[in-house]
Amino acid sequence: MKPWSPWLFLIIPIIFTLVFTIYPFLNTIRLSFTNSTLLRTGQFVGLSQYSAVLADPKVHTALLNSTIYALCMAPCMVILPLILAVLVNKKTRIMSFFRTAFYVPAVAGSVISGLIWTNMMSAKGLVNALFLGLKWIKEPIPFLQDRWLLLFSAMLVTVWGGLGYYMVIYLAALANIDDSLYEAASIDGAGPVRQFISVTMPGCRMTMVLILLLSSIAAFRVFNEVYMLTGGTGGLGGKDITMSMLIMREGTGLTARTGYASALSIIMFFILGIITSIEFYVQRKADH
Amino acid sequence: MRANRITPGTVIRYLACTVLFILLVGPIIWQVSLAFKGRGDNIYAVPPYFIPKDFTWDNFTRVFHQIPILHYALNSLIVTVINVVGNLVTATLAGYALGRLRFPGKKLVAGFIFGCMLIPGETVLVSQFLTIRGLHLNNSLLGVVLPGLCGAMNILLMMTAFASIPHELEEAAEVDGANVWQRFIHICLPQVRGTAMVVAIFSFVGAWNDFMWPLVVIGDESKYTLTVGLNKLKGAFVTDPRLIAAGAVIALVPIIIFFVAFQRYFFDGVETGGVKE
Repeated sequence: MKPWSPWLFLIIPIIFTLVFTIYPFLNTIRLSFTNSTLLRTGQFVGLSQYSAVLADPKVHTALLNSTIYALCMAPCMVILPLILAVLVNKKTRIMSFFRTAFYVPAVAGSVISGLIWTNMMSAKGLVNALFLGLKWIKEPIPFLQDRWLLLFSAMLVTVWGGLGYYMVIYLAALANIDDSLYEAASIDGAGPVRQFISVTMPGCRMTMVLILLLSSIAAFRVFNEVYMLTGGTGGLGGKDITMSMLIMREGTGLTARTGYASALSIIMFFILGIITSIEFYVQRKADH
Repeated sequence: MRANRITPGTVIRYLACTVLFILLVGPIIWQVSLAFKGRGDNIYAVPPYFIPKDFTWDNFTRVFHQIPILHYALNSLIVTVINVVGNLVTATLAGYALGRLRFPGKKLVAGFIFGCMLIPGETVLVSQFLTIRGLHLNNSLLGVVLPGLCGAMNILLMMTAFASIPHELEEAAEVDGANVWQRFIHICLPQVRGTAMVVAIFSFVGAWNDFMWPLVVIGDESKYTLTVGLNKLKGAFVTDPRLIAAGAVIALVPIIIFFVAFQRYFFDGVETGGVKE
């Protein structure tokens, strides 16, 4: 093997990584210390963009929304898809049908899901019509108007689209649990629930930690669902705006305040970094 | 023996699956019903009904008249195909070098590429937007597609797959005088088809459904991808759920066909860790 051969394999991937990830990342750090806008190269202003970001009430709203999103999504995404995976983890034709069907919302993507659920949860949509028909409610529930209901409706769209995706990851983990463990448990008289808690959950705890990490980060970064349900506005008075939506609103387009948005991006980077480190720590604990 | 198989557990399992089916697939089926309901149907009826009384194809023709949805789908297809091909090329090249070759600096390169997985897209959104503007690629499909051609996750998947090929295979070819490129193409690539399929499917679904980045890059309506165009559909027809439903159904058809056609590879690939035995 010629000494330069490996580099011929790597040159294209390295160039792409440099141009579209490393350079933009370093540039974001640089811009966050300037008062640049899209049309004007700014000057070095030290940390004043950061203090402007931290003092901005819009940022507080976005931080709160993204944090709540992550805190609510993570447990749902760790537990619910595992239950799904256990249900369909049988090599029969009917179960493989259900497995495929449960994955369909995940391939639909969050934009189409957003459209579908806008229809479902509007004032006269199917959800309200069903509840009214069953006499559970007297007035339609304002799923897409009320600040908190809207955020929870967006979470519902995320869960709907994410269940199948994480289910597949769990199916891979379940395939690695030894069947004899279940047999032993069932000889000891453990019922399905007991088996789930004592065999299934310990057996895929590393996957659970991985999904905790993936889903909480994805939830903190939420964009599509809230954008679709609010028509891009972030809800009444922007009360439902998320961090990603705020970065996009401030940092792109012709009126972009690139310096300000870069400071916001770096703050988001650190928050996600903190979430990741906490979960790596949990993973190390789970490993022992 | 058959009677033995019907236990309370089985009944609960099937019942739970049926309920989940209604919750997960029901909303999509309801959109199909809505899309075929005509003016004679009360779509707000309480209690709701499923079978259209005034069956019509009108809603679909109206969508085609109001937005150039096929044109948007073509744009999405162009972006998606380039993305899939690009990711397959970069991921197999880098995956092979990192998974199978020994050379100085390998750890550094691996750290460099996989370290990028810790940088989320939003963090570099603003600067990527500036880079694409600087290259005069804003408002072009090339600008949409370029930053996504080298996914670190895909490289990781391919690296793992390449690393798990038995060494004897390659050594035999090396003895026969095959150089590194010949071994890559003729010996190793056929062994990782399963993982390559997973990379292709993930890239396809990811690129087809991507929304934020095309929304940032594209301003000109003729360059819209399907997701961005569908978002406009919502603004234009917010008063008629039938049209939103018809648009959603049109957009769902190709992706569901794609998924059903390839789902065998997908589930096999994921469950066996993507390595072809």
